[in-house]
Amino acid sequence: MTLPTTLDEAVAALTAMPAAVPVAGGTDLMAAVNSGQLRPAALVGLNRISEIRGWQYQDGHALLGAGLTHARMGRPDFAALIPALAAAARAAGPPHIRNAATLGGNIASAAPTGDALPVLAALEATLIVAGPGGARREVPVSHLLAGVEMLRGGELIGYVRVPLLHAPQVFLKATGRTGPGRALASVALVLDPARRGVRCAVGAIAPMPLRPLDAEQWVARLIDWDNSRAIVPEALHAFGEYVAAACIPDPEPAGDGTVAALPPAVLHLRRTVAALARRALGRALS
Amino acid sequence: MSNEAVTATTAGEAAPAAESLPHGLGTPLQPADAHAKTEGTFPYAADLWAEGLLWAAVLRSPHPHARIRSIDTTHAREMPGVRAVITHEDVPGRPLYGRDRLDRPVFASDIVRHHGEPIAAVAADHPDTARMAAAAVIVEYDVLDPVTDPEQAFEAEPLHPDGNLIRHIPLRHGDPEAVGEIVVEGLYRIGRQDPAPIGAEAGLAVPRPDGGVELYTASTDPHADRDTLAACYGLEPERVKVVVTGVPGATADREDLGFQLPLGLLALRTGCPVKLTATREESFLGHAHRHPTLLRYRHHADAEGRLVKVEAQILLDAGPYADTSSDALAAAVAFACGPYVVPNAFIEGWAVRTNNPPSGHVRGEGAMQVCAAHEAQMDKLAKKLGVDPAELRLRNVMATGDVLPTGQTVTCPAPVAELLQAVRDHPLPPLPKDTPEEDWLLPGGPEGAGEPGAVRRGVGYGLGMVHMLGAEGADEVSTATVRVQGGAATVLCAAVETGQGFTTLARQIVQDTLGIDEVHVAPVDTEQPPAGAGCRGRHTWVSGGAVERAAKMVRTQLLQPLAHKFGMSTELLQITDGKITSYDGVLSTTVTEALEGKELWATAQCRPHPTEPLDESGQGDAFVGMSFCAIRAVVDVDIEIGSVRVVELAVAQDVGRVLNPVQLAARIEAGVTQGVGIALTENLRTPRGLIRHPDLTGYALPTALDVPDIRIVKLVEERDVVAPFGAKSASAVPVVTSPAAIASAVRAATGRPVNRLPVRPQAAVVTAR
Repeated sequence: MTLPTTLDEAVAALTAMPAAVPVAGGTDLMAAVNSGQLRPAALVGLNRISEIRGWQYQDGHALLGAGLTHARMGRPDFAALIPALAAAARAAGPPHIRNAATLGGNIASAAPTGDALPVLAALEATLIVAGPGGARREVPVSHLLAGVEMLRGGELIGYVRVPLLHAPQVFLKATGRTGPGRALASVALVLDPARRGVRCAVGAIAPMPLRPLDAEQWVARLIDWDNSRAIVPEALHAFGEYVAAACIPDPEPAGDGTVAALPPAVLHLRRTVAALARRALGRALS
Repeated sequence: MSNEAVTATTAGEAAPAAESLPHGLGTPLQPADAHAKTEGTFPYAADLWAEGLLWAAVLRSPHPHARIRSIDTTHAREMPGVRAVITHEDVPGRPLYGRDRLDRPVFASDIVRHHGEPIAAVAADHPDTARMAAAAVIVEYDVLDPVTDPEQAFEAEPLHPDGNLIRHIPLRHGDPEAVGEIVVEGLYRIGRQDPAPIGAEAGLAVPRPDGGVELYTASTDPHADRDTLAACYGLEPERVKVVVTGVPGATADREDLGFQLPLGLLALRTGCPVKLTATREESFLGHAHRHPTLLRYRHHADAEGRLVKVEAQILLDAGPYADTSSDALAAAVAFACGPYVVPNAFIEGWAVRTNNPPSGHVRGEGAMQVCAAHEAQMDKLAKKLGVDPAELRLRNVMATGDVLPTGQTVTCPAPVAELLQAVRDHPLPPLPKDTPEEDWLLPGGPEGAGEPGAVRRGVGYGLGMVHMLGAEGADEVSTATVRVQGGAATVLCAAVETGQGFTTLARQIVQDTLGIDEVHVAPVDTEQPPAGAGCRGRHTWVSGGAVERAAKMVRTQLLQPLAHKFGMSTELLQITDGKITSYDGVLSTTVTEALEGKELWATAQCRPHPTEPLDESGQGDAFVGMSFCAIRAVVDVDIEIGSVRVVELAVAQDVGRVLNPVQLAARIEAGVTQGVGIALTENLRTPRGLIRHPDLTGYALPTALDVPDIRIVKLVEERDVVAPFGAKSASAVPVVTSPAAIASAVRAATGRPVNRLPVRPQAAVVTAR
């Protein structure tokens, strides 16, 4: 176990020991270690790297350290900057998990139910990846989650660059319970008034967050951006259905033109996504 | 039994002694270990240590059903640090064990019948070495198709030499031709609850110089476990000793013998102490679960809603081994109609073998599953008749003197109507309209998606009953010893403190009877005479009764010389707050003086009146006693997403007599909470017989946010004359009743039938709006 204090030291440690595994909050990793599923040869602890535990501003964007904990992101000052990410952080689990689990860890684990992921997808966040020799490269979060671009050996997620949109954002998740639980489905929705856009991502129903791009563009045109962002109630409803149908499409028609009905559980998931998307847009525009 | 003579002095009555702490029956005496447990210093089995100990690991089957072609332990044996590898060939005694019948192998030999069945065990000098060596045992399987649907078990190839049918009870009571004007039918499914004890299984086995072995585990039935261990090790029972450690949670059979058997065997084999601590995954794979149940019901009623006839078919999925399935089935069949007067009942019950995880004792087994079904039927009947559900239940409730479908007359107090009226008349929780909207706790939780416009509130009722003590002729007996020396008393009784509060109760009993405040309860091991399993309220009744008798015998020994000296009988002397006084006030001395440095001992047994097995038509006086509960549930349902939040549960329970108010409230709250889990979240998924997500993230236990306000509205103290102190056990009946009440409330909120527990979100949405 090594405990570097800067990002470049951590990258150097990982490069020196390619078998080593980086660990930040450890809420996923250590559970795997304790249950014997993972036996890392060495660990590189990231918790002493103070440069990635806060955030800074950079031309209209926030540069979030990958070591930010969910507890920190859930606080009001952070919520004023990026409300949807704060809401996702607060919903992400019981307090002892939120105190340890980090933003970077949520991305690296890339669990379908990771609550920060749909928010980052909706914000079209970019990862700043630190590589050997002080190298920095940018990877869109959606590319990493979709496996289009992967982290290379010795690389670490250093920062997450998120635009500051100064407009309402909503994160909603459906769980089977009142206490903290994994999302059955989640929706992140952000407004981008400067570009008169709505961006939405649906989490937990697929291996990565889904973006219903057509539905976003369609609904953005129906919003009266100059008149306190008014929208007709029917459009909210239609938006929900549009998002749900885009994310959970009907099965392809068979050879003879018949369409098999979706199983009841999938239909329920579709209804849930529709309700979440409708509520999210309604709250963002209210 | 004369229990009424006991004079309970509460702290409140003894007003002058301002600093006097609660003592005696009826007072909130605190458990002696409360501080140690809250501070984390209380030792559990997982904390034990012995010099030079080895670590054990158990290899478990990855398949639910397979034939074992070969087991090769060579590689595992050759690993450095490995001291012993054992399989079915190394079991020196009886290869099979089981509670009801011997049908379960210590290690699978030729066939595995469930996911997680033990096949081999390893002892090594490090826990990781032991686990790696267990993984290095090469087992060749011919994978077979698992039988996972209990309905298929009747037709399937026998999974076990004993056949697939474990028990069939065709209960026939009354007139089969009777019909009612109103008929309602339903099909209900109850999921698989895991007891999920907060401390996973652990134990330490230490070999003895005489060739025997001592096991330190959190066993809840040490003598039965000792007998099984000895038989399988081929040793006399005297050479095996089970020492009970702290019990970290036991709402079911606490320790899985699948761990204990290999553990002791490894200690015997290596001659070294061996320790095993199960991971959460192993814990889920190993211990017994609640019986998943399929129930088909038809209720007949007259135009006023009075029940005429109940027909039901009940199918329990026992997993591959019998365990307690026979008892669970008896309870399910006997209580299939619930606490209602039903003149004609025709109930068929089956418990069958499958390749699903093994089912066994989880409190309220059998009774809980049927309660969910008969209460759903009562809701259906009320809806069909257009009558208020509580009113319909009131027209049918049983009382003392009514007859169960088993032909047994209910002789104990059965204040069912009083319980139901108490919860019905309790004011409903207010709607949160006066608080700001952002403070509302909606279904889905504080950061959830709940929207006030989509939330509907529902109120539902559940009436439940459960039997106390073992049924059908089980010999319920307990032995206790009370010793008094130097102003302090000690209770020796093999009743295990599982959290039910037995040690506190024993202290209260002795304080009451002997007037001695300092009472210790000795730790439990199998050198003491047996007290039976810690389940079905046994220890409150039987062991509590034995402690009381022993204490009374000591009291007589203590008072006899005094009584003799003053020429009066011991009954005329009274012990209060450590002082002995005579009825006329002539004599006044202290207990300490009366003892004169003597040591007094007495041992007594308590054995309640016998019961009889159910006969071939399900008739017989099978139960010693019954307890009843009424719960009114108030839920909020987000009818678009189907998330449910239980807002409040109002509980009224028939407790006989309150022996310790704080402990009683805690037991009721804990039971109700376990019921919330069954109702909403707890279901161990086993697609094709494989346990998915054996962890506490995938298996959602209720958290503080899921637990509603629990209001104990009424505790009916009608003493049960046959029970010691007139008290009924309190832990099981809230578990039985609360899932039914919650489902009933979801039904009221959504208008949906809700015929499956846990309630799935898609069953709680209202689509046609």
